[in-house]
Amino acid sequence: MTNSLVLKNLRIIDPSRNLDEIGTIIVENGVILAAGKTAQNQGMPEGATVKDCNGLVAVPGLVDARVFVGEPGGEYRETIESASRAAAAGGVTSIITMPDTDPVIDDIALVQFVQKTARDKALINVYPAAALTKHLDGEEMTEFGLLREAGAVCFTNGRRPVHDTLVLRRAMTYAREFGAVISLETRDRYLGADGVMNEGLLASWLGLSGVPREAEIIPLERDLRIAGLTKAAYHAAKISLPESAEAIATARKRGANVTCGISINHLTLNENDIGEYRTFFKLSPPLRGEDDRVAMTQALADGTIDIIVSSHDPQDVDTKRLPFADAADGAIGLETLLPAALRLHHNGTVPLMRLIDALSTRPAQIFGLDAGTLKPGAKADITVIDLDEPWLYAKEAIVSRSKNTPFENARFTGRAVATYVAGKLVYSGQPL
Amino acid sequence: MDFFPHRHLLGIKGLTEQDITLLLDRADEAVKISRQREKKTSTLRGLTQINLFFEASTRTQSSFELAGKRLGADVMNMSVSNSSVKKGETLIDTAMTLNAMHPDVLVVRHSSAGAAALLAQKVSCSVVNAGDGQHEHPTQALLDALTIRRAKGKLSRIIVAICGDVLHSRVARSNILLLNQMGARVRVVAPATLLPSGIADMGAEVYHSMEEGLKDADVVMMLRLQRERMAGSFVPSVREYFRYYGLDAEKLKAAKEDALVMHPGPMNRGVEIASEIADGPQSVIEQQVEMGVAVRMAVMETLLLSQNQGPRA
Repeated sequence: MTNSLVLKNLRIIDPSRNLDEIGTIIVENGVILAAGKTAQNQGMPEGATVKDCNGLVAVPGLVDARVFVGEPGGEYRETIESASRAAAAGGVTSIITMPDTDPVIDDIALVQFVQKTARDKALINVYPAAALTKHLDGEEMTEFGLLREAGAVCFTNGRRPVHDTLVLRRAMTYAREFGAVISLETRDRYLGADGVMNEGLLASWLGLSGVPREAEIIPLERDLRIAGLTKAAYHAAKISLPESAEAIATARKRGANVTCGISINHLTLNENDIGEYRTFFKLSPPLRGEDDRVAMTQALADGTIDIIVSSHDPQDVDTKRLPFADAADGAIGLETLLPAALRLHHNGTVPLMRLIDALSTRPAQIFGLDAGTLKPGAKADITVIDLDEPWLYAKEAIVSRSKNTPFENARFTGRAVATYVAGKLVYSGQPL
Repeated sequence: MDFFPHRHLLGIKGLTEQDITLLLDRADEAVKISRQREKKTSTLRGLTQINLFFEASTRTQSSFELAGKRLGADVMNMSVSNSSVKKGETLIDTAMTLNAMHPDVLVVRHSSAGAAALLAQKVSCSVVNAGDGQHEHPTQALLDALTIRRAKGKLSRIIVAICGDVLHSRVARSNILLLNQMGARVRVVAPATLLPSGIADMGAEVYHSMEEGLKDADVVMMLRLQRERMAGSFVPSVREYFRYYGLDAEKLKAAKEDALVMHPGPMNRGVEIASEIADGPQSVIEQQVEMGVAVRMAVMETLLLSQNQGPRA
């Protein structure tokens, strides 16, 4: 009995080869043997499970580079295992987990804990990011060399920005030698420090204090300068403004090795969605205006923005059922990453190839993961999508342990119908 | 006597190959004196040497003291604690006070770069720089060169890997200058956080991995990493530093089989160097101390005698 799988008659979109054609995918022992038009005429492995996927689309399994989990320390919000089930249901086959746990992932033993837990319990690939500074307090850098050897794929200060430019410079200088990517959110320490939503008319009417745009842009510009100085690989984890995208483009022109990501929320929602103080829309950076959102979809389409993340951040009633200003930031997003992104395909703003690139191939490249491609020889992480299925994201159907989604009862068109990790089916939304 | 055209020894910078060779040749002679039963000569009898140390130092100060005494000079030690020293003016005031006592040579250590040069402008005697901030430590470079020359027979075309905290090291700067002047190939091996900017143009090949940097090296020179620079500021931790940049048997294998292991002291065992290596057969760390006295004798003798004979620089 061989461990093989054949997916027939589907549209294969593989940004790593700029390939978009009807074809067949042949998988044996967890590895892709062939994927494309030519594979249709190829002999199938004996005893293979054959599935006719007429009308469906196959893409390299999605890679979500910014996922917060609750394990260790906040298992009631989300465990590595529950996050992996939510990911599988969303067509996500690899996640990079953030170090903002209790304890903080700033030591080799904790990186190993995440890996071991993932190996034992997770349905998908889990790659730990390690803390950039000890306890995430922005003062002392962690053991990049040893942590990287242990398996940390990048270094980040999680939700917390680094304010000290000297610490940042040394960390970037040191990280460069170990080929480590530094991924940071930027938020000024003082400017808009007490802000809870985008600064502007709406915030003023709601009586909420605002976060000015400059609170994101100023420290980002600063980080980009330091990245240029140190020649480190810098990734702006979650930008929300066209000025930030411009700053990235300018830094690239200067020769800096910088990339950036945006959360799916900032591509599909705006500040008006907050309505009457809905805390599930309280995010960091805050949701911006509609003009910003539109500009960001353009920046994604033209490649200025490299990747899309869910920024999955499970919060429970204890942190969300509070007055808006007191509630925690963050929203879950593993299950809605793909369906929400497909809105940009359906409304014609971002080509499907670019969308899949930003959701899979590009993040795998930036963080050096074995993912993001359907090339022969690659690990068979495959997401099968029905582009046109209409469906409703009902609260009862949420897989994630926390329910703080801004897309509750949202209508989507298109979703993952089957998710394979190393050739193994880890999710099937409907019979294939 | 060969001509030495300098009145002070403020740094290796400015010394020619001939100058350095002269000092090393003379130091070879001084080694013989130190190894005799009768170690005292009368070369500098009647001359006064003042050791002016603004920065605490046991080994360098005693090395200079012994060197002066073996040459027959009268040696006085002045340790000025850092707290009592404010800034430039106090430094010069102290120097002027001492100058009024008519010393023949002032040996100065100070935590600020350029302090020795500043003093040299103000006093009427010779000045020897015994370390100024992160600038230069010329007698250390000379004693290292002497140690290498005696073991390898030459300085030209040998490969010297200087490893560790180059950024804060005056020893590294002086050694890079001297070894380049003598035709050696110099490498520096350190994490980028411990290298000064522009290091690639300072006459050293830059490596960030010990394995590559030590490959085929004739000499491995380790530098001290200050404790306060370990915890997360320049490097994340002692264990990570030792893992990647500490000299142990495994890393030393990359160097030539007969490579010398050197350290200017004081050592942090288990941080930049493993004990088994520091005490091992390739280590010449104790010889360095012996050569230190000899080199300082040679420097003092050369400066004071050429002052009397040759034209002043």
